[in-house]
Amino acid sequence: MTELIELSLAEARDGLEAKRFSASELTRAHVAAVERARLLNAYVLETPEKAMQQASYSDARLRRGEARPLEGLPIGVKDLFCTKGVRTTAGSAILGDFKPDYESTVTSHLWRDGAIMLGKLNCDEFAMGSSNETSAFGPVVSPWLPPNWDRARARSTIIKATAEREVPQGLLVPGGSSGGSAAAVAARLCLAATATDTGGSIRQPAAFTGTVGMKPTYGRCSRFGTVAFASSLDQAGPIARSVRDCAILLGSMAGPDPRDSTSAEIPVPDFETAVSRGVKGLKIGIPKEYRMDGMSGEIEKLWAEGGRWLAQAGAELVDISLPHTAYALPAYYIVAPAEASSNLARYDGVRYGLRVEGRDVIEMYENTRAAGFGREVKRRVMIGAYVLSAGYFDAYYLRAQKTRTLIKRDFENVFAAGIDAVLTPATPTAAFGIGEKASASPIEMYLNDVFTVTVNMAGLPGISVPAGLDAKGLPLGLQLIGRPFDEETLFAAGQVIEDAAGRMVLPKVWWE
Amino acid sequence: MSVDTKTVKRVAHLARIALPEAEVERMQVELNAILGFVEQLAKVDVEGVEPMTSVTPMRLKQRADVVTEGDMADAVLANAPISDDHYFVVPKVVE
Repeated sequence: MTELIELSLAEARDGLEAKRFSASELTRAHVAAVERARLLNAYVLETPEKAMQQASYSDARLRRGEARPLEGLPIGVKDLFCTKGVRTTAGSAILGDFKPDYESTVTSHLWRDGAIMLGKLNCDEFAMGSSNETSAFGPVVSPWLPPNWDRARARSTIIKATAEREVPQGLLVPGGSSGGSAAAVAARLCLAATATDTGGSIRQPAAFTGTVGMKPTYGRCSRFGTVAFASSLDQAGPIARSVRDCAILLGSMAGPDPRDSTSAEIPVPDFETAVSRGVKGLKIGIPKEYRMDGMSGEIEKLWAEGGRWLAQAGAELVDISLPHTAYALPAYYIVAPAEASSNLARYDGVRYGLRVEGRDVIEMYENTRAAGFGREVKRRVMIGAYVLSAGYFDAYYLRAQKTRTLIKRDFENVFAAGIDAVLTPATPTAAFGIGEKASASPIEMYLNDVFTVTVNMAGLPGISVPAGLDAKGLPLGLQLIGRPFDEETLFAAGQVIEDAAGRMVLPKVWWE
Repeated sequence: MSVDTKTVKRVAHLARIALPEAEVERMQVELNAILGFVEQLAKVDVEGVEPMTSVTPMRLKQRADVVTEGDMADAVLANAPISDDHYFVVPKVVE
C-alpha cells in the first residue's frame, strides 16, 4: 500500500485508468500516510471521511469509463482556499472556526474534475511569510533533514518541543507561505497540492523542498474564494513532484471566472502537451542583475549548469539586463502591505471568526484584531496603513507603483527583443532552520524572496524546478520566468531541466 | 524616514489594532527596520513614469445589472459570533 503514495500524479492517473488499483485504495493509502505524518504539522485539518466518499464516487465513474481529468486523485488544499462547509483559517486565529458557505473557484474546478480532498494545508498567516513560521497552527517541519540528523533525533526533537510549547529548533523550514503544501508534496502526503504566490510563496517553498512549483500569469487562475492578501499580486498555482504533474493540476485550476473581474478571458491551453515540446530555438535570457553580492558559489554554479542544460537541448543563451531588479523587493514591501491593510480590514469580529468584546464597537475591533493577528501580520497591516496615510502616500505608495511600472517595463523590453524565458536562481540559499531567524530583523526573512518578487510585481508566470543539492544535501531550485500567459514555454523548459538534473530523490520517511 | 512612538500609536489606531504600551517600542523598532529598507526606492528615477494600476493590460469588466443571487440571509449570518433577527449584533457605536 505504501507504494501507491510514491507514484507521481500522472502515474496514479494511468494506474487508475488501467485498473491496477482503485481510487478508494489510492485514497486510503494517502489518508493513512497523512495520519502517520502529524509530526510534520503539514495538515491543519484532515478530511478523511469526505475523501473516502469522493473516492467511492470516483470509483463508480471509473467503472463506467467516465473519468474526469483528475478522477480519483488525492490532492491537498492550502488553507487559503475557501472550501464549502470545511473550516478555512488562512493560518490565522482570527478566522476562528469559520466554515465558508461557498467554494473557491480554484477548488471548485478540482472537484468538478474528480479530485479527492485530503485536507487543508498549513501556511504562513494570511500568506505573509517565507518559512511557514507565522502560522497560528505552529511551524511546518520540512521532510528534509539537516546533515547528520537521524530519525530518532528528529522525532524526539519535535515531540519534546511540542510538549514544551516550543518550536523544534534545528529542523528545517519548508519555506513559505505555502510550506504545508510543499512539505506535504515532498513527503508524499498527497499527489500534489494547491498553493498561492504573492511574492514567491509557491516557488520558494518548492525550491526548499525539491518539488516543482508554478505561479501562473496574474489572471490565469480566479481569485474568487481565495483569501486575499495583496489583490494585484496574489495568484493560485500548483506544487507537485514533477513538471508534468504541475501542468496537469494547473490545467484544472486555471480558467476565466465572471466572479473575478481580474481573471483573464483566455481559454486554458493543454499544458500537459506543452511539457514535451522541448526548447529548440528558444532564446533564454540570463539577467546580470540576479548575480548578487555574496551569492553562494553553489548557486552560481547551478545557475550556469542550468543554462548549459538548456543550451544542450537547443536553446540559445542571451545575456540580458533587468536594471530595476534590486528595487523590486523594497517596492513589494510597500505595495503588498498597503493592499493587505485594505484586504485585512474585514477581520473585525462582526460577521465571522474571532470576536473579543469591547466597551464599544471600536474597542471590539481593536481587541479582536490585536488578539487574532500574529506579529508579522500586524507589522504589515501597520506598514500598509502608514504608507497609505495622508502625507506619505506620494513618497511611498505612489513611488512604489511607479517603480513597479519600471520593473514590468524591464521585462517587456527583454521579451520584445526576442527573449522567450528568463533563467534565474529560485532562492539565495537552501532551507534554513526553524527558529533560526527569530531574533533577526524582519528584513532578513524578506530577503528570501529577492529572486521571486520581481515576477509578481510584473504579473508574469514563473516556475521553480529542482536542479540539484547543495553541499549539505539540501535541494536547490532554478526559476524560469515567462511571457504573459506563456506557461507552456515554462513547462517545456522546466521539463528539460528536470530531465537533465534527474528526478529529485525525496527524503525517506522518518516522520512516522 | 522613521516613525516615533506617537506615530506608531496613531497608525495602530488607523489599523484598528490595540497596541499595549509595553509593545509600542518593539513595534517602533520593527517598523523602522522595514521603513529603513524601503528607503532605497528614493534612488529610483521615476520622472515621467505612470504608476502601475493594472498588472496585466485589461479593462475592468462589467456585467449586466441584474440580480443573480440573494435570499440567503441565513447563510450570510451562519458564521456570525452574535446575530439576532437577521442582524449582526455588535456593541454600541459610540458617537
